[in-house]
Amino acid sequence: MKFDILAYIGRFTLKRVQVLGQSGVFLLVAFYQAFLPPFRIRRLLKEIEFIGSKSFLIVFVTGLFTGLVLGLQGYHTLTQFGAEALLGSAVALSIIRELGPVLCALMVTGRAGSAIASQIGIMKITDQFPALEMMAIDPVKYVISPKILAGIISLPLLTAVFDVVGIMGGYLVGVKLLGVNEGAYFGKMVTSVTFTDIYGGILKSLSFGLLIAWISSFMGFTADPTTEGVSAATTNAVVITSLSILIVDYILTSLLL
Amino acid sequence: MIRVENLVKKYGRLVVSNGLNCRFEEGKITVILGGSGSGKSTLLRQLTGLERSDSGCVYFDGVDLTCASKKKLYEKRKKMGMLFQGSALFNYLNIFENIAFPLREHTRIAENVIKTIVTMKLEMVGLRGTENLMPSQLSGGMTKRVGLARAIVMDPKVIFYDEPTSGLDPISTGVIDKLIKDLNTKLNITSVVVSHDIESCFRIADKIIILFSGDIIAQGTVEEIKNSKDLRVKQFINGEPEGPIPFTRTDKNYLDELLTG
Repeated sequence: MKFDILAYIGRFTLKRVQVLGQSGVFLLVAFYQAFLPPFRIRRLLKEIEFIGSKSFLIVFVTGLFTGLVLGLQGYHTLTQFGAEALLGSAVALSIIRELGPVLCALMVTGRAGSAIASQIGIMKITDQFPALEMMAIDPVKYVISPKILAGIISLPLLTAVFDVVGIMGGYLVGVKLLGVNEGAYFGKMVTSVTFTDIYGGILKSLSFGLLIAWISSFMGFTADPTTEGVSAATTNAVVITSLSILIVDYILTSLLL
Repeated sequence: MIRVENLVKKYGRLVVSNGLNCRFEEGKITVILGGSGSGKSTLLRQLTGLERSDSGCVYFDGVDLTCASKKKLYEKRKKMGMLFQGSALFNYLNIFENIAFPLREHTRIAENVIKTIVTMKLEMVGLRGTENLMPSQLSGGMTKRVGLARAIVMDPKVIFYDEPTSGLDPISTGVIDKLIKDLNTKLNITSVVVSHDIESCFRIADKIIILFSGDIIAQGTVEEIKNSKDLRVKQFINGEPEGPIPFTRTDKNYLDELLTG
């Protein structure tokens, strides 16, 4: 009985390590293929449109309301110490360092990550990958590589949108609604936000973009070729990507600070 | 055109290709017949290099595909067309773009020429006028014909058909059979058809190969197969439920299993 449990743990661990290795090789191959000719600019633009521009609205709204609520919460906390002049830097720092990259990535995971996984899974069920193979087209290069590049390109841009909209949201509530001094709001922001904060945010969003495209594609690509398989892959893509984003965020923050 | 030598493929302990030897002659229609699980689809996947064999060789046009480099394999693939069982059309592209896809990827043909070629191929399968529809808007028989149009758009030397008539009504089956025959006679395309549809097989085949649990149990012309003395072949072509080919999968004795619980 005792050994059954040991054997189970062993099998479980081996399986996980194997999947981890597979996904690593998968990423390397997709990345390597992306830089081999022929370059498919049109495919890349299409993926950027799908992952990036189509997430614009959802990121905009999330950013706006995050900023609004930060302004509100920040103001009520800071007035207790008579420090409402610091509202600008509080809002800007929390958004640029943490909330921008993380919330933006989580929203894109929900919208684009799930779609990537199910799209690739359905392509797999319907034999579209062997069909590409038979036309002498590498399926990883054609389908996966553009998605990975598009993820890396789109996320920093979306995060920048999120940051700006969030800061403006804080401005609307803090300055226009609650009467914080406009000069203080932006003045404190300029003095307290350093370039390290901005680079850190960009670095985070780059990594999250990679994570979203990589994990979602891998889940779809390795899905069981059944309807259950694809739905499980879609769920797993969202859950695993979201958790990885939070974990990687902690690791990156601890390295950056 | 294609020569198979001692081809072996195993999934774990299950032998799906048990040292196969056969030839697919140029300009002929060869039908691979067999029941479900006889290894015919796996053989097809090995013939096209979609699946690696454990041992043995597949010579396609003089090149051994089992050990060819990816570049060499892709070069040969440009001479192959394949009609998949589910057609495998790209669901995000319309019919025109599906058929034009290989041309756009591999050639630098001008747009108006692409349009001409696609129109010609669609005319061949009798579906001119469907260019702007999406694959989901077509019936099963029609998507197969679009799949066929896509398979021949690069003017291949060999076309592989994976169960081209399964799940189709008798008229669609007849249409597909006629198309396979026509492509073969008009364009002199070598055809390899995997099927379990005996009637359609007898209509189109120049040569028949019958597989049973990973072995070739018979090969020859339609007449030779029809007159075969082999009990397994007889059972298969007559579709008899009782015979040397067992209906159940397990080797265990039924009575033993019931009694031992």
